[in-house]
Amino acid sequence: MTAASTETPSAAALPPAEAPPAAADALPRAEALGDAVWRALGTVLDPELDEPITDLDFVESCTVSAEGVATVRVRLPTFFCAPNFSFLMVADAYDAVSAVQGVTRAEVTLADHHASAEINGGVAAQAGFVGSFEGSDQGEAVAELDDLRMQFFQKAALAGQDRVARPLVNAGAGPDELAATNLGDVPPSADLSRMRERRAALGLPHGDDAPLLIDADGNRITSAQVPLHLRRARLQRVGIETNGEYCKGLLAARYPAKAH
Amino acid sequence: MYEKDGEKYFIVDAHSHFWDASRENWKPGREQYAKGWIDCFYGYHQLAPPETHWDYEHYLKVSADDLVQDVFTDGYVDKMILQSTYLKDWYTEGFNTVDKNGSLIEKLGDKVIVNGRFDPREGDAGLRQLEEDAKKWNLKGVKVYTAEWHEGSRGWRLDTPEAYRFLEKCQELGIKNIHAHKGPTIWPLDKDAFDPGDIDAAATDHPELNFIVEHAGIPRIENFCYMAVQEPNVYAGLSVVIGALMHARPKSFAKMMGELLFWVGEDKLTFGSDYNIWTPKWQVEGFVDWQMPDDDAFTDYSKLTAATKKKILGLNAARLYDIPVPAELQLETTAGETGAPGHELVDDTAGAQA
Repeated sequence: MTAASTETPSAAALPPAEAPPAAADALPRAEALGDAVWRALGTVLDPELDEPITDLDFVESCTVSAEGVATVRVRLPTFFCAPNFSFLMVADAYDAVSAVQGVTRAEVTLADHHASAEINGGVAAQAGFVGSFEGSDQGEAVAELDDLRMQFFQKAALAGQDRVARPLVNAGAGPDELAATNLGDVPPSADLSRMRERRAALGLPHGDDAPLLIDADGNRITSAQVPLHLRRARLQRVGIETNGEYCKGLLAARYPAKAH
Repeated sequence: MYEKDGEKYFIVDAHSHFWDASRENWKPGREQYAKGWIDCFYGYHQLAPPETHWDYEHYLKVSADDLVQDVFTDGYVDKMILQSTYLKDWYTEGFNTVDKNGSLIEKLGDKVIVNGRFDPREGDAGLRQLEEDAKKWNLKGVKVYTAEWHEGSRGWRLDTPEAYRFLEKCQELGIKNIHAHKGPTIWPLDKDAFDPGDIDAAATDHPELNFIVEHAGIPRIENFCYMAVQEPNVYAGLSVVIGALMHARPKSFAKMMGELLFWVGEDKLTFGSDYNIWTPKWQVEGFVDWQMPDDDAFTDYSKLTAATKKKILGLNAARLYDIPVPAELQLETTAGETGAPGHELVDDTAGAQA
């Protein structure tokens, strides 16, 4: 199973594990562990939307028992959300939560989905995607999902170029300047960090000397290519963000009591 | 016909339904899927203005009289194109069959156009059925739904020899409009099954057919736009684009329209209300009133003219279906022509104005 994303929960933020908690400390410790589990879930992405499942309101509930058993229930916008993406989120959540220091067992389940049984059983058994759907009425999988994840990291990395370059364009940067800009020239931002992470996962240039605008193979975009490249990057960003809007709208319609 | 501010709009609703999702039609043992399907649609319904919302029971199945009221009396529609989607794996009598759509011809005559469907997994029997349907209902179009479940199979592709037999049969039968939809699909399980790459190959190999990709390829508009810019016979159906975004997510709607107008162009976009996911009235009124916002975030996108809206709301689809349009409502559009693809966008030579 691959990791949830390039980030991992920070061990430094976790409570010390050595001394057994005194009774008076139990509650704060449980709370701290709950917070750590939530932060771990925040590293799990919807691969298609490139957003954390916690921001998308996909985590219906998250509790940690006194014994360190973390129980997480994931929900999605529709009964028919694609099972491959659904599986990745549940499996990544399982891995991320299991890795939190102090969690003795993770129970992560997907609610109200046409393939809930396969996904929940497969993730609990750590059977992988192919194993989870073996013999299933829902159709069988012939490959794991690493390629699929990479395909969506590529889309995210392209959309990221629009997010990072757009402020420069608005400030008057032209094609020559944009083609010559490296990541180290761009002011730090969350969007820049996110794009660097996606590029790193793909093995694309992501250091300070990496070009801001690159093609899918990592080559610098030339000045003449800049206008159309930016159009493509923006189209990609609009695509991903609009998908996110659909999902949020449908989730709010499906779970009106808790969604915003 | 809709009239506003002295402008008259001929309305073709190019993607609509007359479905039966009533409980009686939920196939025994498959109720969870039948319910899951219509519940998903009902979720989309909530994205319309609240005053247009229906209660669930009414939503499951409307009568022919309800349809006439919603679409023609209140909805300004001149011509309604009904799509057929079977889903017989879940619905005993089918979700929305060509015969159910055809019953409206008996009531409404040429105000409605009925589209058929095919599924290559049905083989020779499917080809014979398509021939029969074409004769019976004078088919000019079909809807293909590549995500349909069929016995053990969970979907199919348009770029296979099996599918090509059906596309060739369509040509032979005078069916020239192929409405394709990548649904909430789950096959192949480990691939991105929303990718419209199979439509790309089918469109290239069948230049005499028009491929109207419903919902503009959502959720893969980037793949769809790259394809549409290269294929002169690929169109974007705006069903769900207007219905789900214009009211609920206006900024996303503006960006989506801006991208589609840039990459696909105003002559290749067609309106579809997706009745009865939504009614046409608020969509037609809202779209005629709608304009690209003035904010800085949208300055790269072009504004819409009345001519743009007339083409999208009816004149483009009228060309594809040879629907006669009164002279006073007509405008030139390149829809239906085998024009050159947008090479400047494909070859990286679009220049600074891009």
